[in-house]
Amino acid sequence: MRDLTRHRLFWPVLALVLLLAVNAIATPTFLQVRMQDGHLYGSLVDIARNGAPVLLVALGMTLVIATRGIDLSVGAIAAIAGAVACVHIAGSPDPASAGTAITAITLALAVCILLGLWNGFLVSVLGIQPIIATLVLMTAGRGLAMLVTGGQITTVNNAFFKALGAGYFLTLPIAILVSLAVLAITGLITRRTALGMLVEAVGINPEASRLAGVRSRTIIWTVYVFSAFCAGLAGLMIAANTSAADANNAGLWIELDAILAVVIGGTSLAGGRFSLMGTLVAALFIQTLSTTIPTIGIPSETNYLFKAVVVIAVCLLQSPKARAAVWRRSNRSSLVKAGRA
Amino acid sequence: MTHMSADAHPSSGPRPGDAPSDIEPVVEMTGITITFPGVTALDDVSFRMFPGEVHALMGENGAGKSTLIKALTGVYTIDAGTIRVGGTEQQFAGTATAQAAGVSTVYQEVNLCTNLSVAENMMLGREPRRLGRIDHRRMNRRTREVLARLGLDIAPRSRLGDHPIAVQQLVAIGRAVDIEARVLVLDEPTASLDSEEVDKLFEVVRSLRSQGVAILFVSHFLDQVFAISDRMTVLRNGRLVGEHLTRDVTRLELVEEMLGRELEVLERLDREPSRQPDERRTPVLRAVGLGRKGALAPVDLDVYDGEVIGIAGLLGSGRTELARLLFGADASDSGTVELRGRRVHLRSPRKAVDQRIGFSSENRRSEGVIGDLTVAENMLLGLQAARGWLRPVPPRTRDQLVTKYVEALDIRPANPDALMRNLSGGNQQKVLLARWLIMQPDLLILDEPTRGIDVGAKAQIQQVVDDLARDGMGVVFISAELEEVLRLSDRLVVMRDRHKVDEIPNVQTTTADLMAIIARDEEVARA
Repeated sequence: MRDLTRHRLFWPVLALVLLLAVNAIATPTFLQVRMQDGHLYGSLVDIARNGAPVLLVALGMTLVIATRGIDLSVGAIAAIAGAVACVHIAGSPDPASAGTAITAITLALAVCILLGLWNGFLVSVLGIQPIIATLVLMTAGRGLAMLVTGGQITTVNNAFFKALGAGYFLTLPIAILVSLAVLAITGLITRRTALGMLVEAVGINPEASRLAGVRSRTIIWTVYVFSAFCAGLAGLMIAANTSAADANNAGLWIELDAILAVVIGGTSLAGGRFSLMGTLVAALFIQTLSTTIPTIGIPSETNYLFKAVVVIAVCLLQSPKARAAVWRRSNRSSLVKAGRA
Repeated sequence: MTHMSADAHPSSGPRPGDAPSDIEPVVEMTGITITFPGVTALDDVSFRMFPGEVHALMGENGAGKSTLIKALTGVYTIDAGTIRVGGTEQQFAGTATAQAAGVSTVYQEVNLCTNLSVAENMMLGREPRRLGRIDHRRMNRRTREVLARLGLDIAPRSRLGDHPIAVQQLVAIGRAVDIEARVLVLDEPTASLDSEEVDKLFEVVRSLRSQGVAILFVSHFLDQVFAISDRMTVLRNGRLVGEHLTRDVTRLELVEEMLGRELEVLERLDREPSRQPDERRTPVLRAVGLGRKGALAPVDLDVYDGEVIGIAGLLGSGRTELARLLFGADASDSGTVELRGRRVHLRSPRKAVDQRIGFSSENRRSEGVIGDLTVAENMLLGLQAARGWLRPVPPRTRDQLVTKYVEALDIRPANPDALMRNLSGGNQQKVLLARWLIMQPDLLILDEPTRGIDVGAKAQIQQVVDDLARDGMGVVFISAELEEVLRLSDRLVVMRDRHKVDEIPNVQTTTADLMAIIARDEEVARA
């Protein structure tokens, strides 16, 4: 039992399970998943699908945070990705073809990689603090997206593009499949190559890593590019889901949900050891929470307040100090006995 | 390695100096012991200070100076012993209680708010108030008085950050004095001051002394220590070595005490038949005029295959700076480096590693250990970094290498998956050594590889260094312990005051010879 509670995934998983239980009690059909028109339907599927963009962004964010960095620009990058793709589709001679959708997606992701190179350049070459360096693109990025869309909400009508956000494959939403695929690939890249270990080394002790010959500049640059790529993919999903690019609101505040997911998932903001599975669980937790609020009848005006309270509770639950304090208070006598035994 | 035993260890407390017996010491620490996991930082140390004296605390890195200061200022809690300040026994539970007892500290890095005025800094947290609001007039007047007491004329309203560091330091001292300090701790106060500023500081220190304040002065500048102090306490390896009146000690005696002395006859006996450095071949490394402004005056150095170059010198002599330049950890701004006759530019550690140079830093914790990674990961970090992240070390090679070095270096616990931060200092050092041995460098630079580790691990590491040189590796070995340098080295380079002052073959050299070289020039400089 003790080993179990010490496992880094224990508290995030416990929080998720509790939240699902609350939902199951409030809405008896919550856990039901049914087949309709060859697709899976149900609250759980919705949560996974709606949580896909946050999960994607959080995966990139996990690696960035593991190097002691942070990427505030992901929301803006998501908006840019959606804008570039939709504007390209809307302006192409054949706006409904699969080819156009593929070019649009490729183009958007290429732009995102450029933006990631920019972030990485500011942080790793110029040595600007990550929070400031990425703040630049966080603010300027939405302006860029507005420039691309000409200030309009650009709508498109391309079934192939729409599929990325709203389509199904083998009964499952494509958004879920894409985010899980990125999760799997990230896991492989970080744990089957040495990238994960080097990222952690740089995050734990940058100077010792440098003196051991680690090319920390390249490592740091890489994680910002990866983060921007993930953000771009998330942005494409968001745009595809509505078949529209909204430069102002697409991916708004997604960076905060992503950072939250990383932290709840057990990766310290101080850098170092990271957990992709923790990020997955936490991203699902955050999405479930957003779904729970309306279903259990919390008035919508207290929505954010409720979310904040739950998040604080989870953070306290995870903090060994807070747990120890609660434990001491409620269990002082039994502890003394245990100590004497 | 048992050089500690050679010295008498005055466990019965400090020897009486000529302090008048009717004056009670203001600080009396007895039997102070402080341990950290894996290392005893202070072992039964006694220390005392009298009112109206400047007391120098001497010792090399790791001797326990800063630990003792932190015990006195309430930063560390002591594991054993008693601390009396002003005759009453103290249980310091933090710096606030120490301050309340009259112990004030001015650190090397001035801990003040540069964006506030001089007066605001001086009164920070104790601002005179009127009707709940800060009384600026009274604050400025009070500040002027305190500064006048120190013989200083600084405008109380001026912004602290607009003054040079020296003045900021004096303000910090003023602040300490204003809290009615009976004991003032100055930790390396002169490290960033020029000589005029040092004079000014000393004036202030003398004026405080005449007012009956006991001043603890820590500095690695021997000149300054002899210029200002009345009494000194010397620590080595966490133990008290001696307490003297400054006028009774010569510089050479002090250096001997700080660095330790051993029975040299025994010392020479345990030296195995000497190695055969191959000096006919091109040197592995040849540095010509290698230097960096403010860190190291240009140095020439050759290292041949299969030889150990020992670098001796006091703390701050430039020994570490030299090592860092040789590895590209700091950029040089003069001179050239040739590796096997080929001119190279060592811009970064990465470049140096590619040229088969390894470097183990003196700051094990901050510049070597990756605490939250495992022993195996720490060991393979260098190799992995050299291969690049796309080519992970295959699991089998990894296991073989780790097992081999865990056994060869007797690393404990012999668990490759243990977290590095849970290992003792000696075992961490062995893992770091393994990190470089795995790379099979041509040249290995070891800066204080045995500092702060237990005797057994020390001997093992020395053995490894000797074996490496026998196998043909060139080694640059830096240590504050002269007997260790002498035991291992084929050639000796002596550093002082950021210059290379001598280079001699290690033939029948004694620690006394080395100390004479280290102290010689200082005597000249003093005269």
